[in-house]
Amino acid sequence: MAKTIQEINEKIKAGRAVVLTAEEIIGVVREKGVKQAAAMVDVVTTGTFAPMCSSGAYFNVGHATPRMKIGGGRVALNEVAAYAGFAAVDILIGATALPDDDPRNKVFPGKFPYGGGHVIEDLVGGKDVRLTASTYGTDCYPRKALDTWIRLADLNEAVLFNMRNAYQNYNVAVNLSDRVLYTYMGVLQPRMRNANYCTAGQLSPLLNDPLYRTIGVGTRIFLGGGEGLVVSQGTQHNPGVLRTDGGVPRRGAGTLAVTGDLKHMSPQWLRGASFTGYGVTLTVGLGIPIPILDEEIMAFAAVSDADIIAPVVDYSEAYPNGKPEVLAEVSVAQLKSGEISVNGKKVVTAGLSSYARAREVARILKERIEKGSFLLAEPLAPLPGPDSGYAFKPLKERPYVPSNRDAVS
Amino acid sequence: MPKKKVVLNFPPHLIDQPITYRLIMDYGLVVNILRARITPQEWGSMVLELGDGNGRLDEALAFLTELGVGVEPLSKEVRWHEERCIHCTACTGPCPTQALAVADPHTMTVSFDEERCIACELCLPVCPYQAVEILF
Ligand code: SF4
Ligand code: SF4
Repeated sequence: MAKTIQEINEKIKAGRAVVLTAEEIIGVVREKGVKQAAAMVDVVTTGTFAPMCSSGAYFNVGHATPRMKIGGGRVALNEVAAYAGFAAVDILIGATALPDDDPRNKVFPGKFPYGGGHVIEDLVGGKDVRLTASTYGTDCYPRKALDTWIRLADLNEAVLFNMRNAYQNYNVAVNLSDRVLYTYMGVLQPRMRNANYCTAGQLSPLLNDPLYRTIGVGTRIFLGGGEGLVVSQGTQHNPGVLRTDGGVPRRGAGTLAVTGDLKHMSPQWLRGASFTGYGVTLTVGLGIPIPILDEEIMAFAAVSDADIIAPVVDYSEAYPNGKPEVLAEVSVAQLKSGEISVNGKKVVTAGLSSYARAREVARILKERIEKGSFLLAEPLAPLPGPDSGYAFKPLKERPYVPSNRDAVS
Repeated sequence: MPKKKVVLNFPPHLIDQPITYRLIMDYGLVVNILRARITPQEWGSMVLELGDGNGRLDEALAFLTELGVGVEPLSKEVRWHEERCIHCTACTGPCPTQALAVADPHTMTVSFDEERCIACELCLPVCPYQAVEILF
């Protein structure tokens, strides 16, 4: 028996919807079978809380007196470079942005104590943030410099906009070289002494809906503690990768672009993060409800850590040089046990994505739906699926050669 | 044999004295130096695991205090800020003593056992949220 999103929303409004987290559903399906579970359960909630670099936020800071055209000038928030290529007082900051005077990796490995991710966390936490801007003056916008405190509550619009979140599956990083590597996958000890992974596994949104049957453009989601929606597939969306018989990608695959009102979010679910020797990012809490419309969707949402396979990749050679080599495939269940075996060698594992906090996201989303304060949204369009031909391509480099060589020499 | 992990802070004028030797020879302690930072004309610090060989550990600590050496239990000098920790588990792989470890494999929550910590600082560059702080 198939249900519709509308029918499920009616049940949510009446307080009768049966909602389980993506962890709770595993046992139910094991015990009762897919058919019975599909009839019984209306929504499965997923969650993840992990570093997601392609996150950012835009703001309208309001006009100063006299007016100033920050657009086309320069702007910084707490000395972290922001972007000012829009209208007069619309600015954008990205998670990985750094203060101009951060020494980066000049003293290796750099510490990167503060950056764009932390600015977003501070703003969401209600803290005062220093806005500095300089520009050229115009007749209509004569002011050229500004140095002021701002805070979230005083801004006009403040919107989180993440062009790529919720990666569907991800590499397990190891280091085959003889020196310590400092990467976005953490600190990797030489000669494969450790392996770092980054997935919420059985709670991960896109791993519970691997063929994007319910998650699409316009899906309402938990984002940063508040609410948001899926804008489209995220950057680097790559649905055509190798999959298990159960349809679950064995490599990094789908991604989501998401957005939501920053004013309703919380610093507990948007955390600045500093990766030694790599840089700054934003750790984002994101959860997606999956409406159980039919048995196939139910079977997908019952995925468990043992069914999810991730590729082990060398970050000393293969990753930096864009080689597709995979050293081994391991299950998320193995990764979570604290030790995996790669080509006969035992390797200690550690995570970057917080499973403990992913559980909390799924639980909060479940409670909101049970209380009737969160309704499901009907997607407006599907995401490009495995057979769409949509693929993630490397850069086709065509080196620039000055056309007038003689004049240059 | 009872053991105690302590942080010793030496004023600059004591740096040329063979204090560790005295602990071993005079008080019969089993001394394991976990870390030491000694620079001429500056305060020095040393993290020691002291094994009480013949029941004279308290006397030895009194001797150190008398000399002007600051003595603090190690557990006071290492802080795990639970409210900053997101339980990502990144530190649990590198931590050599399992002071930071997954406490519950079902919920994947991380806990910190200060008694196990040897202040090796391996977790410091690993934690993206500055959840561990070593004060000396
Ligand atoms: S300082 Fe060393 S022993 Fe202590 S928690 Fe950190 S890694 Fe573990
Ligand atoms: S690395 Fe930091 S945030 Fe992650 S579990 Fe360890 S102490 Fe907590």
